[in-house]
Order: sequence, then structure tokens, then C-alpha cells
Amino acid sequence: MKPRKDLLDIQSLTDEEIEFILTSAVPFKNLFKRSVKKVPTLRGSTVLTLFYEPSTRTRSSFEIAANRLSADVTNFTVGNSSVVKGESVLDTISTLEAMRTDYIVVRHSMSGIPNLIAKNTTASVINAGDGFHAHPTQALLDVFTLREVFGDDLRAKRIAFVGDVQHSRVARSTNLLCRRMGMTTSMLAPGSLVPRDRPEAIELFTNWSELFAWKPDVIYLLRVQMERQNVPFFPSIGEYHRIYGLTNDRLQRVRDEGIHVMHPGPVNRGVELNDSVMTYERCLIDQQVENGIAIRMSVLYWLKPGSQS
Amino acid sequence: MPDPRLILDKAALQDRIQRIADSIRQRCQGPDLALVGIYKRGVPLAERIYELLKPHYQTLLLGRVDITLYRDDINRLQLAPKLVGTDIPFDLDDQHIILFDEVMQSGRTVRAALDELLDYGRPARVELAVLIDRGGREMPITPDYIGEIVQVLPSERVKVRFTEVDTEDAVYVQE
Repeated sequence: MKPRKDLLDIQSLTDEEIEFILTSAVPFKNLFKRSVKKVPTLRGSTVLTLFYEPSTRTRSSFEIAANRLSADVTNFTVGNSSVVKGESVLDTISTLEAMRTDYIVVRHSMSGIPNLIAKNTTASVINAGDGFHAHPTQALLDVFTLREVFGDDLRAKRIAFVGDVQHSRVARSTNLLCRRMGMTTSMLAPGSLVPRDRPEAIELFTNWSELFAWKPDVIYLLRVQMERQNVPFFPSIGEYHRIYGLTNDRLQRVRDEGIHVMHPGPVNRGVELNDSVMTYERCLIDQQVENGIAIRMSVLYWLKPGSQS
Repeated sequence: MPDPRLILDKAALQDRIQRIADSIRQRCQGPDLALVGIYKRGVPLAERIYELLKPHYQTLLLGRVDITLYRDDINRLQLAPKLVGTDIPFDLDDQHIILFDEVMQSGRTVRAALDELLDYGRPARVELAVLIDRGGREMPITPDYIGEIVQVLPSERVKVRFTEVDTEDAVYVQE
């Protein structure tokens, strides 16, 4: 394994690196059971969260991860920084460079911004979601969660992504990593939300009965990106829920067949899923949140700021 | 590189482990005692002592510390080391603990292990047992139980091998 500066997407990771991140997350998760949840590993390092797009969960998850490694964490938010005053991304980076931060966690609505930042700083850059492109830590925490449920060998397992596949960097990254782990993946999406670059090998369903017939082990519900729909892609929320949501009737079938349910959060209740899904015993949503912290600790631990990218 | 020099063979190694166990028994009345091995080779050492002491204590506990996240040189390493993880399956508070390491040199490993233990609770007392003390301290730490003191050059390495993780039971000195 070579030292790695940035985590920008799943594609650039080697199998060895994926394995390292996933296995290191186990001891990190075990720390959560201690009274002192903190280790001194990154003492003296600075982690900066640079979010051009609102996100409470991912950002707090990174902050908790950094805190538990004893790093100092600073926020750089759109609302209260010069970003709104028109400072360009590169100007911001040179400012941050002068502040000597060691890690920069970036979220941006435009694909590729984390790569641009990574090229212009010696700090380690972690992509926390860029446009429709990638969200690598989400993919890693999802696969980590799947391994907790099914064991390390996921090859025989089938996962179906349901919903707004086109606008979902989660679907893109998680699907990619699931396939790397040897899983079979499929999609159920409204015709208007099917990505044009969908690989031929991935089965596409148009309704839930086709999906159930495929015998999935996991159903991964994607969040309807309300904020990204300047142009509506489906007529109404009610209709979306009726046709693509995990309704009570469908939950009954999911329960009967012992299928696990995942969702990247935050959930839109009454849209992607019904309230009762949240208390379903094979719903992994809370587990995903907890694992997110462990995976992000693992990523911070693994990256080496200042190394060649 | 010259061949490693054997300093303890299998029988001698077992004898030193027995001696450590005997002195622990003499000095620790119990009824409770907790043994914690420092990963990697402190773990088989602690396990062997555990087997020897088990009949003599009402409650004998066993744990493992992986000190990687507490190393003082972690920032200087080219690559993050693999993590095995710490496993302390008991409440450490008010416990009498004996920490095990196979070779003691600078004392930095023990410093890290102590810091980690204290993040799990507040033990009543912590003692240290090492199979080999080779000198060369960089921290003010002294073992309470020692299997063997060896005089070696700073450039020489003392290698303990246990069948649990290696192919044999032996201790070598290598230049």
C-alpha cells in the first residue's frame, strides 16, 4: 500500500485500500462503547469542513469522527464566510492553505470541485459529496454495514436501489462499491430518473413486483432530492410514494421475505418510505449513521496529508 | 547479516514464563486479578501466564491492548499501521492489572498502553511484566516482573518467538 493524500471517489481506490478502510473501522467502532470515546491519534492536526451545500448529518458525522481522533475541527460554511461575498473556490483554498489545515472535507453541488481543491493544496481532501458524482464515505459505510449484517463475503448478495438514481451520488458510489465487492445490483426508478450512463449489466425495473421477483437481500431507498428538482421529474409526491415508495403493503412483503432496508438519510417520511419502516427490525438506517462515524475515523486515520496524490 | 544468536530455547523460555507466574502469585494475593497483553507478542505471553495462574485465583481476567492509536510516533510513519483493536472484556475500574510485553526497551510502548488503559477506566493498580528487559529506557518506567535481563548493543534486536504467532518458542538476538 502506498501513502494516499486524498479520497475523491471509489474508482481510484485499490482493493487493498478498501479492505484497509473497512477492517480498520471495526476497532474504531468498538471505541464507541468506552466511556472515553476519544483516542489521541490525530492530536495537533486540523480538520476543516468546507460545505458549499447544506448538510447537517454528513458534516456532524465528520466532525464527530475528527473529534474522536483528537483533531481540531473548524467549520467553513457558505452562509457565514466570504464564499457568499464572491470569493472563488481557489481563493478560498489559498486562504485555507495559509491556515495550514491538514484535512479538508468538501461538499459542493458541482462535480469535480473536490478534485480541483485536492490539486491545489497539500492538505488531504475528502470528498463528502460533489454534485451527482460521488460520495465515497457513504459507499464505504454502506458496505461496512452490509458486512456487519451478512459477513465479509458479499458475493452472493443482491441489492436494489429504489428512487432517484439519476441525481444520486450515493447510488453511484454505493452501487460501484457493491459491485466491486461482487454483489449483484439493480434499480427501480421512474423513467425520468434513470441515469443515461447506466451500465447495461444492471437490471432496471419499473415496478415493485418485478423488484420482488428479483429476490433482493437489500432494498436501498434513495432520498428524493427535493432541492434539486427545479424541473419536476414526476407529477406529485403522493404519486411518487404510491408508485415507488415503501408503503405499508410493500413493507409487509419486505418483512415476510426478510429483506433489509437501507437509506442514506435524511428520510422524507411519506415519500420514499412510510413511518412504520423506521421501526422495522431489518431497517439499517440507524446502524448506517453509527457506522458513518467509524468509517470516517478510518478514512482520516488512513490518509496521509502532504503525501503525493 | 549474521545468523541470529539464540539466547533462550524452548525450555528456558517456558522456565522464565513459569518464574514470572510464580512471582505474580507470591505478590498478588487476589482474589481478583486482570492480565492485559500488549499486542502483538505480549498477548501470547499474557495467555500463557493466564493458564498457569487460573487455578489460583477466584476471578482471573484476560484482555488485549493494541496501542497503535496511542503511539507517539504515529505522525512520523509513512503508512497507517493495520489495526487489530483493543479488547478489554471487563470493567477496568478498581481492578488490579498486570500489563504484559515481550521485550522492554524504551518504555514508549508501555507509556502508550498505560494511556490507553486509563481511557477504559480507573484501575486500582497497574503493574508491568516483561519477558525480556534489554535496557535502553527513554521513559521513566520500570517493570515489576522480569523473565530475563539481557545485555545487548543498541544496534542489536531481541526477537521473541511464540508458537502462537511464529513457528517456534525461542528468543534470539540479531544484529
